[in-house]
Amino acid sequence: MSNNNVETFYDDYVIRKFTVMAVVWGVVGMLVGVLIAAQLAFPALNFDLAWFSFGRLRPLHTNAVIFAFGGSALFATSYYVVQRTSQVRLAFPLLARYTFWGYQAVILAAAISLPLGYTQGKEYAELEWPIDLLLLVVWVMYAFVFFGTIANRKIKHIYVANWFYGAFIIVVALLHIVNSAAIPSEWFRSYSAYSGVQDAMIQWWYGHNAVGFFLTAAFLGMMYYFVPKQAQRPVYSYRLSIVHFWGLIFTYMWAGSHHLHYTALPDWTQSVGMVLSLILLAPSWGGMINGMMTMSGAWHKLRDDPILRFMIVSLSFYGMSTFEGPMMAIKTVNALSHYTDWTVGHVHSGALGWVGFISMGSLYFLTPRLWGLKQMYSTKAIELHFWLATIGVVLYITAMWISGVTAGLMWRAINEDGTLTYTFVESVKAMHPFYVIRMIGGLMYVSGMIIMLWNVIKTVQMGQATPAKIPAVVAHA
Amino acid sequence: MSDFTSSFWPIFISAIVIGGIIFCLVVLFVTSKSHDPRHTGQSTGHVYDEDIVEMNNPMPRWWMWMFIITCIFGVAYLFLYPGLGTYKGAFGWTQVNQYEKEIKESNDRIAPIYAAFTAMKAEDVAQDAKAMAIGERLFMNNCSQCHGSDAHGSRGFPNLTDNDWLYGGAPEAIVESITNGRHGMMPPMAAAVGGPDDVKDVAQYVLSLSNSEHDVNRAALGKDKFTSCAACHGADGKGNQAIGAPNLTDDIWLHGAGEAAIIDRINNGKSNQMPAQGTRLTPEQIHVLAAYVWRFSNSTAAQ
Repeated sequence: MSNNNVETFYDDYVIRKFTVMAVVWGVVGMLVGVLIAAQLAFPALNFDLAWFSFGRLRPLHTNAVIFAFGGSALFATSYYVVQRTSQVRLAFPLLARYTFWGYQAVILAAAISLPLGYTQGKEYAELEWPIDLLLLVVWVMYAFVFFGTIANRKIKHIYVANWFYGAFIIVVALLHIVNSAAIPSEWFRSYSAYSGVQDAMIQWWYGHNAVGFFLTAAFLGMMYYFVPKQAQRPVYSYRLSIVHFWGLIFTYMWAGSHHLHYTALPDWTQSVGMVLSLILLAPSWGGMINGMMTMSGAWHKLRDDPILRFMIVSLSFYGMSTFEGPMMAIKTVNALSHYTDWTVGHVHSGALGWVGFISMGSLYFLTPRLWGLKQMYSTKAIELHFWLATIGVVLYITAMWISGVTAGLMWRAINEDGTLTYTFVESVKAMHPFYVIRMIGGLMYVSGMIIMLWNVIKTVQMGQATPAKIPAVVAHA
Repeated sequence: MSDFTSSFWPIFISAIVIGGIIFCLVVLFVTSKSHDPRHTGQSTGHVYDEDIVEMNNPMPRWWMWMFIITCIFGVAYLFLYPGLGTYKGAFGWTQVNQYEKEIKESNDRIAPIYAAFTAMKAEDVAQDAKAMAIGERLFMNNCSQCHGSDAHGSRGFPNLTDNDWLYGGAPEAIVESITNGRHGMMPPMAAAVGGPDDVKDVAQYVLSLSNSEHDVNRAALGKDKFTSCAACHGADGKGNQAIGAPNLTDDIWLHGAGEAAIIDRINNGKSNQMPAQGTRLTPEQIHVLAAYVWRFSNSTAAQ
């Protein structure tokens, strides 16, 4: 535990808590993911229980992996990174503690209310208004702690990782407030403030920026600190980070309408979304290039450093899914991919491959340091986790690609008499084997996560929470 | 069609989209040109957390070109297609005209295939193997979702293979059902029949009509009260195809057999709708499809 009275130490108290909870929620959220994957392959596993059915558990899965696992990892790393790169103690330490308990309360409320069927019916924004309000309070406290620390910094320049974390905190607040705006009619029931196609557009403005700022920008912040640290290499290009940061921030905001191609959304809105999604390709890849080139010169370390391997694989999946995304935003491609498992595969190549791997790598870096150790309890276990996760992701994504493209092609196949070649149920039958493969891939991925949990518990038991001293500021030109 | 509440918004949208693309390019050019003489070598001189050093290597050329090309593509696309507010785009493309064009092309392409059957009577179409293969595909695409792949239906969805027709089984009646859909409506009849006991008596009488298991005494009591039902179902309970009132004497129960189900119908009535297919299928397609459906219950006649 950190010493509250000594300003010469970093405040890592809540970081330790968030770190452990990130791993715990990772296991929980991914287990639910495997369960619902099994329900899709074998519908009998719904057991005719409302709270156990796919429709109730699917939002629980997405909320648990994105907000509970991803969110806890972001709280932990952002508090760690902002202190280290500002060389100053966390501002408002009491608020930082509240953010932990408040955020965990939000997660708990989600885990209870979603299976009970309380939902606003908006994807990734299902939580009902009392929980939304609690989240808002937590988020404002988070902003105070983060930006307060930046304001107190002892280093002149704000490090690039903090630009990304900062953008994430501001934009998520904006998204949350606008999209969750609703008229409450009673406790745990409310009606959206918008209607019709406006409601759909705001939902996907939210949905796509949740991907852009929660799952991309924030994790780029993570990447910008932990990759150079683990590789022990300088960051490749400052100016590249400027260009790709501003490009990303501007274009993401306008890309959401590609989720609504060929719908009641006006044509002009669809076109703007498609064009800016394509322009998003280069800014997205800027982050990948900067990460990859930062590692160059450290390639030999990949041989015996599984943590660095997590990071390089995460950047590879980041590059792949940010190429795939703009392609899928092109209307003609979207006409094939939309409503198929291709979308599910795309999301998971980003979520499992990029977000999952960069978080795991960063948490493996963080955990021993937070408990006064040089490395994790077992490096062999990290190695095993790496291979389980890698093979799991590849199985998952390839299964969904094949399933999605197959279904998309079957749906559009037309006989010469103008009838559809395949009935819908035939496409479902064709997808079934890939649902089983997806489930196996997910099972491997969560197995790796369980090994990580064991490794983290062992590391925590072996080590001791020791306060880290703030080093003297290095003078530079 | 107005997407905008005032003439301000289309200009606002256009300015932000074009301005944003220009912003991206300006940031790219300015940053690529910037050279700070204090930066010795390629380092910015920034050091964070003791050992994170920031270099300032030039941005990869291919990447810069990729950025520029996507921006140029974007501007070109917005010139050709609708995107900048109320500007329609040089191609005049809309998703609705694309849809209408594709539907027309498809209809023109398939018209000759169906033309061969249009002049034929439905009974003859039903004997044409090629027509029936098309009919089967139409049925699987459009009808099987409710009536089942084998056309046997299920609760609430009529069986098309028996001779019990709500609205008539002649090819013309089937064409009408497919084209305009059907909406069967039975009002709640409990008040007209009397108290709960009377409803039970009527239900027993209805059961007796099809020789189903019933209470003879109650059925006798219910017979008088059945006059309220006879207006639609007929005095003999054989129904009325003109208004889709089901035959109650054939032991076929669309909404469930047995006393409880019948009591529920009397108390609560029933509204059951088949959606119209006329907007989705051409009259020529419906002609073939009707023959295919007619054939289920006339297979001996057809073969």
